Amino acid sequence: MSERRILIVDDELSVRSSLEGWFREDGFQVESAADGQAGLRAMAHGPFDIVLLDLKMPGMDGIALQKRIREIDPRATIIILTAYASVETAVEALKLGAYDYVTKPVDPDDLANLVRNALRSRALAEENVRLKQKVSELAPAEPILAVSPKMLHVLEMVRTVAETDSSVVIRGESGTGKELLARAIHAQSARRFFPLVAVNAGSLPETLLESELFGHEKGAYTGAQYRRKGKIELADGGTLFLDEIGDVTPKTQVDLLRVLETRRFTRLGGNQEISSDFRLVCATHTNLEQLMQEGRFREDLFYRINVFSIDVPPLRERPEDILPLTAFFVEKYARAMGKPALTVSADAEAVLLGHRWPGNVRELENAVERAMVVGRGPEIGVRDLPVTAQNGAADGPQPRSLEALEKEHIGRVLGECSGNVTRAARILGIDRATLYNKLRRYGLRR
Amino acid sequence: MAVPIHVAYVDGAPPRWSDAVLSGVADAFPNPVRAVPLPVDLTPSLVPSRGQHHATLVLATLLRHRPDTGAKILGIVAVDLFIPVLTFVFGQAQFDGPSAVVSTYRLRPEFYGMPSDEGLLVERVIKECVHELGHAFGLAHCAAYECVMHASTAVDSVDLKGAAFCRRCAGALEARGGA
Repeated sequence: MSERRILIVDDELSVRSSLEGWFREDGFQVESAADGQAGLRAMAHGPFDIVLLDLKMPGMDGIALQKRIREIDPRATIIILTAYASVETAVEALKLGAYDYVTKPVDPDDLANLVRNALRSRALAEENVRLKQKVSELAPAEPILAVSPKMLHVLEMVRTVAETDSSVVIRGESGTGKELLARAIHAQSARRFFPLVAVNAGSLPETLLESELFGHEKGAYTGAQYRRKGKIELADGGTLFLDEIGDVTPKTQVDLLRVLETRRFTRLGGNQEISSDFRLVCATHTNLEQLMQEGRFREDLFYRINVFSIDVPPLRERPEDILPLTAFFVEKYARAMGKPALTVSADAEAVLLGHRWPGNVRELENAVERAMVVGRGPEIGVRDLPVTAQNGAADGPQPRSLEALEKEHIGRVLGECSGNVTRAARILGIDRATLYNKLRRYGLRR
Repeated sequence: MAVPIHVAYVDGAPPRWSDAVLSGVADAFPNPVRAVPLPVDLTPSLVPSRGQHHATLVLATLLRHRPDTGAKILGIVAVDLFIPVLTFVFGQAQFDGPSAVVSTYRLRPEFYGMPSDEGLLVERVIKECVHELGHAFGLAHCAAYECVMHASTAVDSVDLKGAAFCRRCAGALEARGGA
C-alpha cells in the first residue's frame, strides 16, 4: 500500500508541529505550510489524501485557500480546522466541498475518526472510479447488426484486423457506425482489458486537440492550473480512437507522426518524455487520398495510419439491413422506455425501405426513437415516422429501382386504405390476386 | 550494542507499582531497561489557561536532564498532558528520537468515575510506555488491533490492545535496532 499523504496548513508553528508529529506516528507522509501561498506551493507536490486547513490565517484565509485548492485538485479531501467556532463559516466551508469542520482543540478520538472516515470515503470514491472504468472496459461492445453481404464483409474484416496490432482507418459517411466498428476492433483484440480512448479531432481547435492528445503540465498555458494526462497517455496498453482524422491540422499531423514512430511524447509545457503503447484506429468521412493530393494531409502520416482500411457502406447501399436494424432499435427503445415492443406496419416498413437515409444508421435510430415516443398504437405507422423519413423522395433526385418505388407506393396506398386489399387493388388499378402476389414478394404482409 | 532505555518518574516519588511497569517494558524490549532518578520541576510546561502540561515542553525538559546521551529516555508523569491542537494526549514521543513521555492522569479508572484498580492502571501504563517507546524507535501506528502500536485515542482502545508488538512491528523494531 502506498504511503498516505497529508498537507497541514496552519499559521501557528505549535499546531503544525503537533499535527506533524501526530500524523507521522499514524504512518502519514506529512507536509506543512505556514500560510495560504505556501500551501498552494505545496500542492504542486500533491496529490494529498487529506488537506487540513486552518480557517483564520493572515493573508489568504482558509475559505479562499480551499477554493484555490479545489481548482488545483477537485478531488482533494479538505478538513477545516479552526479555533473560532462559527456556524456560518462552517456552512460556507461545507458548501464549498470541505469534508468536515472541527474546532481546536479537538478530541484525539474525534480527529482519528474524522481522518479514518475521510480516508474511507476517498478510497470508496476512487474505487468507484476504478470500477466504472473496469466495467466499461469489460462490457461487451454494442452488437453490430448486419444481414447484407456488404456489411457482413465489413464485419469479417473487423475480425481479421482485430487480431493484429496494425493501425486501421475506417472510412464511411457520417452515421454509418465507424466508432462502433472501432469499439468492435478493440473488444476483439488482445488489448480489450485496457482502455479504449476516443478523441474527436474534428470538434476541437488545434491547441485544444494537442492538449487533449498529449496532456499538459501545470502552467503550460493560461488556465492550465494543474497537470493533466493526455488521451495518448491514458490509452497506454489499449486503443486510441481518433475520429475525423482528416480534420487534423498540419502541425498536429507532424506531432502525431512523431508519436506513432517513437511511441514517445512530452506533455505540453513539459520536458519529461513519456512512452505509451497504444493501437491507433482512425475514422474519417473525407477522402484522405484526395486531401493528400491537395497537400492537406501528410503522405508519411497517411501511410503510417492506413495499414488497413475498412470502408463502411452507407445504409442506402444495403437496404437489406434497414428492417432488421429497425427491429433492433424498436426493441432497444422499448426496453429503455419501459414500453412493449411495437411492431412496424407494412406501409411504415415500405417508407423506411424507400427512404435514402442520408444520415445513415444514426438517422434510422433517431427515426425509430421518435416513433417509439409518439407511437400510441400496437404498431408504428407512417404517421409516427419523422417527416424526413415520410418524405424521403423529397430529399432530391435519387437513383432508386422500380421495384423499390413500387414497394413503397403499394405500402403507402395500403396504409391509406387501412390495410383493405380490395380497396388498395382498386386504387392501384390491379386485381386482388396480383396485389397479394406483390405483397408476398415484398414481404409487406405477415 | 542495543540502545539502553532509561525510565524516570518525573513528578514526585515513584509509586509502589513502578517495578511492575519497569519489568513490563523490559518484557517488550530486549534492550537494557533501568530506572533513573529524575526529580525535575514541571511547572514551566504548565499552561494555566488549559490547566494542563504541554507534552512537547515536557519532552524538552526530559532531554535536558537525560543522564546518558546515547540512551532513550521515557518519562512517566501524573499530570495531564496536551499538544496544542488536541484536548489531551496519553503520551508523546519524538518519532525516531531519544525521548518519550506518558501521563497516568487519564489512565486511572477514577478519571472515568470508576473505582480505583491498580492492576488495570499498571496494565495501561505499561501499554502506553511500550507504545511511546515504539515511536521513539521509529515505529508508526499499526492496523492490527491487538498490537501495542495500534493507535489509542480513548482508554477503551488501550484496554483492547495487548502489551506486545505484533510480528510485523517486532520485525520492524529489530531492523531499527530496538532489539
